[in-house]
Amino acid sequence: MSSLNLTLKVWRQAGPNAAGSIETYQAKDIPTEASFLEMLDIVNERLITKGSEPIHFDHDCREGICGACSLTINGIPHGPEGGITTCQLHMRKFSNGDTIWIEPFRAKAFPVIKDLVVDRSAFDRIIESGGYISVRTGSAPDAHAILVPKEAADAAFEAAACIGCGACVAACKNASAMLFVSAKASHLNHLPQGQPEKHQRVLAMVKTMDNEGFGNCTNQYECEAVCPKEISADNIAKLNRDYALAKAHDALV
Amino acid sequence: MNVLSRTLCSFWGSSIGKKTIVALTGIVLLLFLPGHLIGNLLVFLGPDAINEYGVFLHEAGHGALVWVARIVLLTCFVVHIVATVQLTRQNRASRTPYAFDATVQASRSSRLMIWSGLTILLFVIYHLLHFTVRVANDFDGPAYQTTLEGHPAQNVYKMIIDGFSWAPATFFYIIAITCLCSHLSHGVASVFQTLGFRSRKASTAIKIFGNLYALVIWIGFLSIPIAIFVFGYGR
Ligand code: FES
Repeated sequence: MSSLNLTLKVWRQAGPNAAGSIETYQAKDIPTEASFLEMLDIVNERLITKGSEPIHFDHDCREGICGACSLTINGIPHGPEGGITTCQLHMRKFSNGDTIWIEPFRAKAFPVIKDLVVDRSAFDRIIESGGYISVRTGSAPDAHAILVPKEAADAAFEAAACIGCGACVAACKNASAMLFVSAKASHLNHLPQGQPEKHQRVLAMVKTMDNEGFGNCTNQYECEAVCPKEISADNIAKLNRDYALAKAHDALV
Repeated sequence: MNVLSRTLCSFWGSSIGKKTIVALTGIVLLLFLPGHLIGNLLVFLGPDAINEYGVFLHEAGHGALVWVARIVLLTCFVVHIVATVQLTRQNRASRTPYAFDATVQASRSSRLMIWSGLTILLFVIYHLLHFTVRVANDFDGPAYQTTLEGHPAQNVYKMIIDGFSWAPATFFYIIAITCLCSHLSHGVASVFQTLGFRSRKASTAIKIFGNLYALVIWIGFLSIPIAIFVFGYGR
């Protein structure tokens, strides 16, 4: 069992309105088989034993499915590996003596609550505004009652893999939420069940996105590169197209 | 306000709508570039070729066409700039900077769009004052009049040769065209994404097309000052 001695540069901020700063911590004897969050657990245990305030960070499932964990590690949301969440990142990917910068997912629309914990409820409000379909409740419909083309089903499924972690916003040079919004919108827009409310959905979700203070996409695809679920920027192209169509429909039909 | 103007206003007010307008005005400006380039390259066919082209431009459609083109281009140019400046300001306001900043795959050109764009704006202002409005030079004077098949004509050829004989202007031109090349290398491909015609499958082809377009424009426009200033063509 090998272990690492690391220097951590961590963003500490006492509360939403407090001025934060980067603090330096020495993390000694970190086992290489620890996950990134377990490494922070170890550091926190030591801080608690010393009587200091532990480093606050978000987490839940710790297996890459819930989207609760965040952290921008050395400037990259979810760290340098690509295609995984922070909870799936392991310390064996780092070397002894490394300095690791740990910051919150930064965006004006994601205000810091404490240390590394940010408020991502803007995403919930976007979903609320249009991320649903209206269906009859009751017994499940027959599986073959609505035919779904295989390609549409695949595209919808890939878009639906989004766990809403917010890494796309954190990575974007403009703090744009386009990858998230486009994944959520096109997951429904691809399917026949999503058609009746398609225009309405697109207009409402984009409007909420704009009102929440996210930036504008400049087609740099940083979002796609850091997305733990590898959501494609094709969805953004589709949302752009769907938005223009919805606006035209709104004005002319 | 009727429905249409209300929709246009809210389209302009939304992030995607404004970007769509940037893409559409960008297309107009993109189409103008090769036309302008082909006209300019006539300088290599000698004085008569480009002077005749100058006369043709000014007389097409009884002299109306050049004004239609000017108005359309200028409108697109202004709308493109106003929209992108507004978008950039919003983007700056939306972001909180990182202490440790990293970039995964955003190209340098894509990150410098506003600066390459504003340099092009400065250049276009200078360029129009120089060749179209003709301030601070005697391009309207007798030294720049010539005859073409017996008719009086503007000596466009001499304007170009003299223009590129002055080092500061040539230097600024080269910088501006290089900024334009950088701007296009991101802008052309972006048009496809913003209008919703890009897919992962097509992305490589679109990127190559954009870079090629930028390269052709760069080489084409630079060939003229280099031939004149460096190799003394026409001097
Ligand atoms: S904690 Fe659930 S995805 Fe990381």
